[in-house]
Amino acid sequence: MSNTDFVLAVEGLTVSFDGFKAIDDLNLYVDRGELRVVIGPNGAGKTTLLDLICGKTKASAGSIKFKNTEMTRLPEHMIVRAGIGRKFQTPSIYENLSVFKNLEVSFPRGRGVFGALGFKCDDAVQAKVDEVAAMIGLADRLDLEAGLLSHGQKQWLEIGMLLMQDPELLMLDEPIAGMSARERELTADLLNRICQNRSVIVIEHDMDFVARIAHKVTVMHQGKILAEGSMDKVQSDPKVIDVYLGH
Amino acid sequence: MDAIKHWLTRGGYGSLLILAVLLLVVFPLAMDLFRLNLVGKYLTYGFVAIGLVMLWGYGGVLSLGQGVFFGLGGYAMAMFLKLEASDPESTKIQSTPGIPDFMDWNQLTELPWWWEPFNSLPFALFAVVAVPTLLAFIIGYAMFKRRVGGVYFAIITQAVALILTVLIIGQQGYTGGVNGMTDLRTLLGWDIRTDEAKYTLYFVTVFLLLGSIMLCRWIQLSKLGTLLLAMRDKEDRVRFSGYDVSMFKVFAFCLAAALSAIGGAMFTLQVGFMSPSFVGIVPSIEMVIFAAVGGRMSLVGAVYGALLVNFGKTYFSESFPDLWLFLMAALFISVVMAFPNGLAGLYESHVKPWLTRRKAAPATTPEPPAPGAETTANIASPTSSGTASPTSKISISTKVSSQSA
Repeated sequence: MSNTDFVLAVEGLTVSFDGFKAIDDLNLYVDRGELRVVIGPNGAGKTTLLDLICGKTKASAGSIKFKNTEMTRLPEHMIVRAGIGRKFQTPSIYENLSVFKNLEVSFPRGRGVFGALGFKCDDAVQAKVDEVAAMIGLADRLDLEAGLLSHGQKQWLEIGMLLMQDPELLMLDEPIAGMSARERELTADLLNRICQNRSVIVIEHDMDFVARIAHKVTVMHQGKILAEGSMDKVQSDPKVIDVYLGH
Repeated sequence: MDAIKHWLTRGGYGSLLILAVLLLVVFPLAMDLFRLNLVGKYLTYGFVAIGLVMLWGYGGVLSLGQGVFFGLGGYAMAMFLKLEASDPESTKIQSTPGIPDFMDWNQLTELPWWWEPFNSLPFALFAVVAVPTLLAFIIGYAMFKRRVGGVYFAIITQAVALILTVLIIGQQGYTGGVNGMTDLRTLLGWDIRTDEAKYTLYFVTVFLLLGSIMLCRWIQLSKLGTLLLAMRDKEDRVRFSGYDVSMFKVFAFCLAAALSAIGGAMFTLQVGFMSPSFVGIVPSIEMVIFAAVGGRMSLVGAVYGALLVNFGKTYFSESFPDLWLFLMAALFISVVMAFPNGLAGLYESHVKPWLTRRKAAPATTPEPPAPGAETTANIASPTSSGTASPTSKISISTKVSSQSA
């Protein structure tokens, strides 16, 4: 495969579980600064796709290139260090630690064993925590134990933990699941702000929300890409209406 | 004054200070040498217990084979002492004078090559820490890199404990077999069997133990300590934040091994022998009970746990020798069921709130809006102390980490 200008280039990606192809010969290209939304019916392979990109699942065949570097054979933590951040579907935060500690521990310094021993929370870390906390609306909750946050705040905190690392590609799996209408609005604003200097891939079901944030939409079905393009184009595609959006 | 108070509360050094006074002043004054020597022996198990606090309490990895490292540390020390006790003069009745007596009984005619370096004390002291740590690194690296965890890891550590016991007993000519290494006498000419030596060794043990607690406390307060707690909570989140989770587990395992080994070496020095009965499965499980009873989240609590269970063992096994094992099992089960954070957890949830109320009460009575009362309550709030929140539950069979396909 030749080198490209895309931040992420997935080509011929296949993964099979006991013969069942959850992802089948899939190609996907994401531009720099793009916010891509992946939609599709349950079992289409959306989450599996994110799992493959971040290394949680190993691909059976195909290639995933991030900034023209092959990712498929790297261990998970090296993929993260290359600049790919992943948010899980259920809020995955450290419930027993304070909001501040949750963010501080995500700061990308002192990642080795002895680096972590010598890590000091200096002004740079403090400034970054304050900046991110303000962005996710938790600036006045820094000392609170993270387990006591509301569901929506937990989702934001996890996004904040990823922002601490300044990833070039951010992948969010259903970030607004379980959120109130007001929280959805705030999240849409947040996503529109954070995609300004990075690429973002979002998996989402809520079509109103998708319309608010998406630059481009990819529709997946049975491990393959069914359609791709602008929201309007996808919504009027008869194949998409057939399998996903309904008549 | 305020600075000292802050230091004591924030780092949890207040309880350490109380422990230090108890071990350095109260026990030596209140006990005869026989009892004090027993305490010294129990404290060597305290090293294992604080290692388990770091590995099991903080890292969430349960090892049922800490006796391996305790034993290896103890044997490394014993090898040096045995060689010193086996000079040609005192072994002249053997067919090969100058080698340890058990080698002579097993028809060995010269010292095995790997025994030679143990003629040097610096090498022996180095080996006390290095050999167990290296073994822990190899086991830990092989297991954690493959994402073996939870019960599977615990079972493997049990197997290692069994293997080492069988090896030591089987290789009688090299290890002293089931009797172990006995009749240890002097350390660089200094007789370790005298009363004066027993006192000295007791205080050396206490200082090493207090130093180890300070070191572990420092690690807990560093980012590494936070990461260990984070890993126990959400391992995948740590992994996908760019950390190599397995290496942090390897570190915790090596740390616990090194601490156990220091305990083992001090055990050999104070008791005067080392045998396979301190290596195997049963002693390894007992060591976990010390940490569980004391509180697996509390370094100081683990030391109390080691002291209490061992005193109990000595007392009950003298009075009811047949019942002791059942009592021990009942103790472990009741700790796990009733108070998962051990004695330290009981202190945090019951004694401390009561103390805080008592402290706050007189301050508030004369002047209801006294600001002093508020600060006291803040300082003593459970979150500012070293132990975990009471919500964290004990888990022996921590979840098996997902195996990658």
